Amino acid sequence: MFSKVCGIGLLGVEGCLVHVEADVQEGLPGFVMVGALAPEVREAQDRVRTALKNAGFRFPPKKVTVNLSPADVHKSGTGFDLPIAAAVLGAHGALDWEQLEDSVLIGELGLDGVVKPVRGILPMVIEAKNCGKKVCYLPEENVREGQMIPGLKIVGVGQVRDLIEKVNGRNRSGDGEDVCGEKAGTCSDDTYMPVEADRAGEKADRAGEKADLPQAAAFPYISRDVYDIDYRDVQGQGLMKRATEVAVAGRHNLLYIGPAGTGKTMIAERIPTIMPSCTMEEMLEISKIYSICGMLPREQPFMTRRPFRSPHHSATAQALTGGGKTPEPGEMSLASGGVLFLDELPEFSKNAIELLRQPLESHKIVLSRVSGRYEFPADFMLVAAANPCPCGHFPDRNRCHCSEEQIRRYLGKISKPILDRIDICTEAAPVEFSDLRGRREEESSGQIRQRVERVREIQKERFAGRQIRFNSQMTGEDIRRFCGLSKKEEEFFRDVYQRKGMSARAYSKILKVARTIADLDGAEQIGHAHLCEAIGYRSLEEKYWQSSGSEVTRRE
Amino acid sequence: MSEHFTERDYLYWLCQLPPLGAITIQTLLDRFGSCETIYYMEGSRLKEEKLLNRPAAACFDDMKSKLPETTREYRGLEERGIRFITYMDEEYPERLKHIYGKPVGLYVKGRLPDDSRPSAAIIGARAASSYGLQMARMLGASLSRAGIQIVSGMALGIDGAGHEGALMENGDTYAVLGSGVDVCYPRTHLNMYLEIPDRGGVISEFPLGSEALKAHFPMRNRLISGLADVIIVAEARERSGSLITAELALEQGREVMAVPGMVTSELSRGCNHLIRQGAGIVTSPDDILEYFQIKHEKMLRLPKKNENALAKKEKIVYSCLDLQPKFFDQVVEESGLPLGECMTILLELELKGYVMQPTGHYYVKKI
Repeated sequence: MFSKVCGIGLLGVEGCLVHVEADVQEGLPGFVMVGALAPEVREAQDRVRTALKNAGFRFPPKKVTVNLSPADVHKSGTGFDLPIAAAVLGAHGALDWEQLEDSVLIGELGLDGVVKPVRGILPMVIEAKNCGKKVCYLPEENVREGQMIPGLKIVGVGQVRDLIEKVNGRNRSGDGEDVCGEKAGTCSDDTYMPVEADRAGEKADRAGEKADLPQAAAFPYISRDVYDIDYRDVQGQGLMKRATEVAVAGRHNLLYIGPAGTGKTMIAERIPTIMPSCTMEEMLEISKIYSICGMLPREQPFMTRRPFRSPHHSATAQALTGGGKTPEPGEMSLASGGVLFLDELPEFSKNAIELLRQPLESHKIVLSRVSGRYEFPADFMLVAAANPCPCGHFPDRNRCHCSEEQIRRYLGKISKPILDRIDICTEAAPVEFSDLRGRREEESSGQIRQRVERVREIQKERFAGRQIRFNSQMTGEDIRRFCGLSKKEEEFFRDVYQRKGMSARAYSKILKVARTIADLDGAEQIGHAHLCEAIGYRSLEEKYWQSSGSEVTRRE
Repeated sequence: MSEHFTERDYLYWLCQLPPLGAITIQTLLDRFGSCETIYYMEGSRLKEEKLLNRPAAACFDDMKSKLPETTREYRGLEERGIRFITYMDEEYPERLKHIYGKPVGLYVKGRLPDDSRPSAAIIGARAASSYGLQMARMLGASLSRAGIQIVSGMALGIDGAGHEGALMENGDTYAVLGSGVDVCYPRTHLNMYLEIPDRGGVISEFPLGSEALKAHFPMRNRLISGLADVIIVAEARERSGSLITAELALEQGREVMAVPGMVTSELSRGCNHLIRQGAGIVTSPDDILEYFQIKHEKMLRLPKKNENALAKKEKIVYSCLDLQPKFFDQVVEESGLPLGECMTILLELELKGYVMQPTGHYYVKKI
C-alpha cells in the first residue's frame, strides 16, 4: 500500500515543501529510506519505528520504503519524523492519509511516541502557506509560533496516537474513540491500545486549541515593540548621542572611541530604540532567522524589536558569518534589521573582521557547502567601539603611560577596509567630566526616533525606484547629484581638505554624512554648519589612521 | 705587515670593544699613555692590574685580530657621511672636556655644537601631555630664533618636540642618540633623523650599528647635559629619567631650569619638584635668555594670540579653552551654544590657527 504526506525542510532561511511517500510491500522485511538525506533524517527510521511500536502499533513483517521528494534537495533537520511516521501509518492503513492532502506535518518523535518541538517553524509555516496548504500539524510546543502566521489552521500534536485521532476524525463530527476503534478493527494485524487517561487530556487540549486558532485579522498575536531601555537613562555624552542619531538617520556605520566605563556600550545598546519601528515584513524576516536558531522567546514567539547583537571579541569567523555542515545563521544574520555591535574592535581576530566586508556591501551572506548554496540576510548597521590605547586611559596622560607608538599600533590593528566602511567616528567624554555635570532631564528615545523617522522618509523619497535606500549607500554619481555644495562651501571644504591632508575616501564620506545632517535639519542644500559637523566626525580618523594628515598640520 | 696603523686607528679599535666604557678607556690611557701601547698589552696583564675584569680581558684578546677590519671601517666613515671626532682633535667640544666620564671619541653626522655659541638642552617625558609638547616646541622655536643651539635626545615626546621647534625656525639642533649614529631610533622620527644633520648634527658615542639598549640611555643623558649650558626640563614625572639627567647636569655644573605645570598633573610633578629644590623657573623663553644675558631686540614673551579678530561667538568658544585639552562636550556645556554651532566654530578657529586638536575631540588653545 502507498501513502503520501507533506513535510517541510529548511534551505537557509527559506522553507521547502517535501513530499514524504511510503510504500509497504511483500518481500524481505526491512525499512529503507531514500532521498538525499542528512544523517539526522536517516536516523528518523529508528525513531519512527520505535515510537510507533511504543505507541501501540505492531507492523507486519513487510518491506517499507520511504522516499522524500524532490529527491535531489538535501534534507536536514529532525522535523521530518512526524511526516514519515504519518506516511508509514498511512501505508499500513492505520491513518487516512488522503485527509492530509491540504496539510503539512512537522515534528520530531521521541521513542515513546511523544512529538517534540523543532527549530525553524516560522519559515516552514510561511512556506506551507505559500504552497497553498490549509492545515499545519505541529508539535504542541511550537503551536504558538505557528499561529503567528495568519490564514492557516494550526493543530498541535502531543503524541503519535493523537495525530491519528485528529486526522481520522477530521471529516467526522463524532469523537476520537470511535475513529480509533474503527481503525483498530480494520488493521486486524495491529494491536492498538488507547489509553483513557491521555484521551481526556487531549480533549481538553483540543477545546483550548479551537479558541486559539487565528482569526482573519492580520497578526492578532503581536503586540508592538516596547523597549525597556531608553536614551533618557544616559546622562551627558551629548556628542556621542548626536553622532549616534546622525548615524542611525542615514544608516551610517559608526565607531566609538573612548576609555572604558564611559558608556559606549550603554549608548550602543539603545540604538534599536531610535531606529524606525519594524514593518511587518521586517519583523517576519527577523523572526525567521531567530526561529531557525531556536531563539524566539516562548511567550511571544515573534521578534517585534530590532535585534542588538554584541558578539564577544573572541568570536570566530564562523560565529559571525554562520557555519556548520548544514549552515546555521551567524551573528551577522542575527543582527539583520538591527545592530551588530563589536565592542573592543581591535581585539577581534583579523580573520573574523575581514569577513564583514562583503556583507556590508551586499547585505547578505552566501555560504556554499557540498549540500548546496545557502543565503542568509545580513542587513545590519555596524557599530564598533574601541579603547583609545592598550591601557584605555588615553588622552589622560596622568593615568596613561602608553607611548605614541603603542597607541598607533593598538588602533592600527583595526582593519583598514572596515574603517573604509565606517562613516562616523566619535569619541566618548572622559568620566570626570560626565561626573562633574549634574543630573538633568535627557531627551527620550521617542523624541529622537521621530527625527530619525523623518529623515528616513526623506531618503525613501530621494531614492524611490533605486537600488539604494540610505544616504550611506550613495556612490559617486549620487553624491554629485544629492550632495551639491554652494560655491563658497566648496572652497571652504577644499581648504580644510588640503590643510587636514584628507584622503579622497574621507571626502565622499564627509559629504554623505553632511547630507544626513542637512536632512535632520530639514534643509534642501548642505549648509556650512552641516559640513563643519560632518568634518568633525572625521577628525579622529584623520588623527589615528592618517599619518600624512598630522604631518601637514604639524608643519604648518 | 703592509699596513701602517696610526694612533687614531688604535683608538677607533679600542672604542669598538663593547665591554669597555668611556671611563675604562680613560683609565687605560692615563696608565699607558697611548692607544698603541694599550693594543700591545696582554689581556691577562690588564686583568692582573685590575684594569679589566675577566670577560673584558677575554674580549680584549679576541678582538685584537679585528684591527685591520676596524681600521677599514674607520677609513670608510667619511664616505658614509660620518666623522669620528676624538679627544685629540681640535673639534672635540670644549664643554665635554671637563665632564666626568667624557667619551674619547664621538661619532658625528653633521656638526658638533659650536663652543662659542650658547646651547640649551630640552628634555622631558616620552609620554607627554599636549601642554608639555606645546611648551617644548615653543621653547625650541623661540630659543632657536635667539640663536641658541638646541640639544636633545630625539626621543618621542618632549625631546622630539624640542627638535621640531628648532627645525621650524631653521635653528641649529643636535640630537644625541642612545644607539649607533647610523641607527634611527625611534623609527617614527626618521624625518627628523634625516633633517637634523643638515641643521646641526646627530651625535653618538656608541659604535656604528649599536642598537638602542636600555643601558645606553643614562650614558647618552650625560652627553646631552654635557653639551648644553642650560638644561630645560619641559615635563617630567616624579622619579623619571629626566630628573636623573637634571641631577647629572648639576654634577657637571650646568644650570637646570624647569617648566612649571599644574599641581594636579602627575606629568609635571617632577618639574615642580625641581623648582622647589631651587631649579630655575621657565615661564617664558625670556627666563632662559636672561640667563645667557642675551639682549634680544624684541623681548620674547609667551606669544599671545590677538582675540580682536574673532567674532563674538568665536570669542565665547575661545575663552572656554585653555592649554589643558578640553573635551568637546565640556566646551558645549561651558559656551552654552548648540552642539552643531560649537563644532562649526571650533573648526573655524582651528583653521585660523587659534585652536588645535591634540587628539580626537579634545581642543586646546594654540600658543
